[in-house]
Amino acid sequence: MKMVMTGNYASAYGAKVCRAEVISAYPITPQTSVVEKIASLVSSGEMKAQFVNVESEHSAMAALISASMTGARTYTATSSHGLLLMHELLIWAAGARTPIVMSNICRANGPPWSVWADHHDAMAQRDTGWMQVFCEGNQEVLDSIIMSYKLAERPDIRLPSMINEDAFILSHTVEPVDVPDMELVDEFLPSYNPRFKLDVDEPYGFGSLVMPDMYMEFRYKINEAMEAARQGWRDVEKDFEKTFGRNHGGLVEFYNCEDADAVLLIMGSVASTAKDVVDKLCSEGKKVGMARLRVYRPFPVEEIRKLAGMTNIIGICDHSYTFGHWGPMAQEVRGALYGIADQPVMKNYIIGLGGKDMTPEILEKIFLKTLALKDGADQEIEWIGVKGLGGW
Amino acid sequence: MPKKTIPEEEYMNTGHVGCLGCGACHAMRYTLKALGPKTIVSIPACCWAVMPGPFPAKCLEVPLINTAFEVTGASISGIKAALDAKGITDVTVVGFAGDGGTADIGIQALSGMVERGTDVIYIMYDNEAYMNTGIQRSSSTPVGAWTTTTPVGTTKDWKKQPKKNMMDIMVAHKIPYAATCSIGFPEDLIKKLRKAKEIRGPKFIQIYAPCPTGWRMQPDKTIEVCRLAIATGAVPLYEVENGVYNISRKPAELKPVKDYLKIQGRFRHLPEEELESIQKNVTREWKILLKKEEFTKGLVDL
Repeated sequence: MKMVMTGNYASAYGAKVCRAEVISAYPITPQTSVVEKIASLVSSGEMKAQFVNVESEHSAMAALISASMTGARTYTATSSHGLLLMHELLIWAAGARTPIVMSNICRANGPPWSVWADHHDAMAQRDTGWMQVFCEGNQEVLDSIIMSYKLAERPDIRLPSMINEDAFILSHTVEPVDVPDMELVDEFLPSYNPRFKLDVDEPYGFGSLVMPDMYMEFRYKINEAMEAARQGWRDVEKDFEKTFGRNHGGLVEFYNCEDADAVLLIMGSVASTAKDVVDKLCSEGKKVGMARLRVYRPFPVEEIRKLAGMTNIIGICDHSYTFGHWGPMAQEVRGALYGIADQPVMKNYIIGLGGKDMTPEILEKIFLKTLALKDGADQEIEWIGVKGLGGW
Repeated sequence: MPKKTIPEEEYMNTGHVGCLGCGACHAMRYTLKALGPKTIVSIPACCWAVMPGPFPAKCLEVPLINTAFEVTGASISGIKAALDAKGITDVTVVGFAGDGGTADIGIQALSGMVERGTDVIYIMYDNEAYMNTGIQRSSSTPVGAWTTTTPVGTTKDWKKQPKKNMMDIMVAHKIPYAATCSIGFPEDLIKKLRKAKEIRGPKFIQIYAPCPTGWRMQPDKTIEVCRLAIATGAVPLYEVENGVYNISRKPAELKPVKDYLKIQGRFRHLPEEELESIQKNVTREWKILLKKEEFTKGLVDL
């Protein structure tokens, strides 16, 4: 059914249509309307789930790990400091191989306090063993939850999945969203029934101490699952399209990239604005394109190499940063393209931290800067829009 | 034939890797005897995270999940929620945490769990310090004790603060049932756990579980020290049901607390005036407990 809703309501309906059985969450701006909506869906009887009102995000994730180990499909949502507080348990969730699905409303970290969008919270969780999806729009927010459960619960994957939506730009902005019929979702996503769980009839133990002769083997298997998830995302999106008649571009969405002189690589909702700017510049005869990195973990190495074959210049727009060495996406892209023939010119832009507005005008400037890049002629990194820097 | 008061069934097998004379070992064994096989146990970082044996060994006959140090209350909330979602009603969910994991790092998750009225049993096995990491003081370490982080030395830096009273904290949550037990009194322990199993809502059980390694005493003194703890009033056994106190054992006359302290090396540095001060406090706390019992018994019909 088509409805008009925010990204946060799309998240709540995503959990509903997937029949999440245990939800455990703690409020944080701008995630609150996700859990408020779920609480109201549960209390009205529209959604049959146990809703645990925990006293912190740390406990929210801990409760879900144990609930998932007991065989329940689980969901939570958080943001920024809530996600950071969960960090220990995010690693635990992946180590315990629990297919938890979580929405993270991407918000800047303090101090100074900010409630607005950037990706630093999510990027700080890169190495936890979670799959990470970054959404452009609200339909994708909902659909990615369905796809996540489908992939995360696969017996050879069993890894948690984090759906990232930008604070306010998606979380509090309404768009038309098709909420699929639950019967159709049931066809696509059968109920969760893990072979091993906490069960008094089959009393296994989970997570016990291992000696050094076995620990690395457990870690290897997590990585093996994450590597398999790369093809898994491609497959699950194809299956999704067969059932629901739409897709969101795979691991990397290419927009006008073929034979482009320059391409901006972007994650999240800024991609929407960038598409408009690409259309404008193309109508003026400039050959530019935009690539949207949708799945960050597992990292889409093949798609990035494919992009390198399409264009001569890539401007890598990080909505985040690592203090001391580029933005995280720039590191990964450069790593993926290391040693290939005809490596494109690459430049890293740090954009939109703490909700700094990314207008079409600013993006157009970045496109023009990027088009003008000559091999090795420019600096490696530029912070866009910082007062007093580079003429901003 | 004398009547058997301890169930014969064993749900803890041989092969645990606890120390000689370990009180926590008895705590788990009696807990499972009391609760039976339809029990799921969640264990955070503590001695019992190691004691079931390294992978793939496991000396317990019940399903067991290891969790992070500070999350026992949240973990058992999640297990219970999942069982509720599946319509499973005949399984007892137990959190089994040490005193540091309960009174220090885990107190937030425990408080949340109790406040939400979660129908589970939370067990704090109390060996009065961080024993798994090597005898560091916790807020449950009693006043006067040596630990590796209250090392006495020339500055007389023993634990200066009184033991945190977790029972009082639980009672302040209006918990339906809270009780102290001791591995030296297994019949009492089993009785209380069986009672807890039948009560709906959150239950808190504090099991006094001596640690010969950390208490600097011989392993064969574990049960003797339990008996002296009760006989001197140092560690009273009681239960609180809906705010009403009931003392499980009332010695006709309390023995001097010195008798309890002197068999533990962790107190051997204490000067006479400190021993007197501890005695004064133990007597006072015992009298307060008697008063609480007397006062709250009058509240039963309120």
